[in-house]
Amino acid sequence: MALSVREYRARIRSTESMKKITRAMELIAASRIIKAQQRAQAAAPYARELTRAVSAVATFSNVDHALTVEPEDPTKAAILIVTSDRGLAGAYSSSVLKEAERLIEKLKGEGKDADIYVTGRKGEAYFKFRQRPIIQAWTGFSDQPTYDVARDIGETLISAFLNETGETPEEGTAPGVDEVHVVYTRFRSMLSQEPTAVRLLPLEVVEGDEKPSDEDLLPLYEFEPSPSEVLDSLLPRYVQSRIFFALLQAAASELAARQKAMKSATDNADELIKKYKRIANQARQAGITQEISEIVGGVNALADAQAGSE
Amino acid sequence: MASSDTLQVELVAADRLVWSGEAKMVIARTTEGDVGILVGHAPLLSVIIEGVVDVQTVEGETWVAAVDAGFMSVANNRVSILSEHVEMSHEIDLEKARQDLERAKASGENDDEAEEAVRRAEARIRAVERAS
Repeated sequence: MALSVREYRARIRSTESMKKITRAMELIAASRIIKAQQRAQAAAPYARELTRAVSAVATFSNVDHALTVEPEDPTKAAILIVTSDRGLAGAYSSSVLKEAERLIEKLKGEGKDADIYVTGRKGEAYFKFRQRPIIQAWTGFSDQPTYDVARDIGETLISAFLNETGETPEEGTAPGVDEVHVVYTRFRSMLSQEPTAVRLLPLEVVEGDEKPSDEDLLPLYEFEPSPSEVLDSLLPRYVQSRIFFALLQAAASELAARQKAMKSATDNADELIKKYKRIANQARQAGITQEISEIVGGVNALADAQAGSE
Repeated sequence: MASSDTLQVELVAADRLVWSGEAKMVIARTTEGDVGILVGHAPLLSVIIEGVVDVQTVEGETWVAAVDAGFMSVANNRVSILSEHVEMSHEIDLEKARQDLERAKASGENDDEAEEAVRRAEARIRAVERAS
């Protein structure tokens, strides 16, 4: 209790203003989550139709496509790591990065080198600080990704996949890889978000989550101009839409993580303020008691002195 | 589900469902040329290019949309048109589209990207003009 009442008051005030900030960030994150979820829902029809079309082509034609062929003896993999631009979101970015490190280790064990692609400033800073090379980083959109960004990322990764490995790439193109993985945070609920790693390329066409109803089953599609050309235009879009999906999930997760982190920060600030108030009041009372005893002591001393002189 | 004498149409952009409803006819531009889809059309998967999509509804209204490259699937009287960007004619800012076209043409580059930008701007302008 060495500090004076005034110093405790100052601490209370600064904690209170910090609490206001964290509270505001909590509310902002909460309102943005709803928007992020709506965006994810709005993007669902596109992904659903694409998946259906891709399965249709896959079912009715035996056309092989460069994006679906498993390369023999893969030696190089690209990893896209989806992190946030800003901190103050608890363990959000670090848990994605941990998952990514685990994947890199695993790939190394299988004899594959990993090329690193990052979205979000946090991930970029993480690898820069450790002086590990990043092939490309995209930043500035982590809490509201647009499709154009997803398309840009998709084009880069697809061209990396299509380039030959081992050769020095042409100026401005990505070095070739045999596999492409994505590490992002899946949004399970407001309370739980889970870092996940999935392999994006070569593609394995996954059937849609919901089973098509009977009348949707197996219409004998005509392809115009030809199955292979339809596939050519479909598959890159499919990849981009998967990336877009990952970005949207990551955005919702980031906001949920931030809301949670800011909520506990606000609660902590409340605790601190309570504690400081208690100590400040104690100090105030101690001060008053001391003053009273000083006055009483002084009066007694005066009275004693007067009694002595009489 | 669709009654047997109308088409269920969905215009889907990458980030939202732009329009859905029943229609009598849909016209879209594929890589092979314009196709009109009527009720009972055979199942079709087709690549579409930047252009204008016409939808004639059961009530006789016409909806016009500008689309980017994408694709169209037709099956069981369901028509889905998927494209990264879809804009209904009433959402398009004509002035901005004209400026985009000017800029795309003025850039003078002759690569695929510039051509795509020109086609996209032209499609948007055509969509507005056709709707009015």
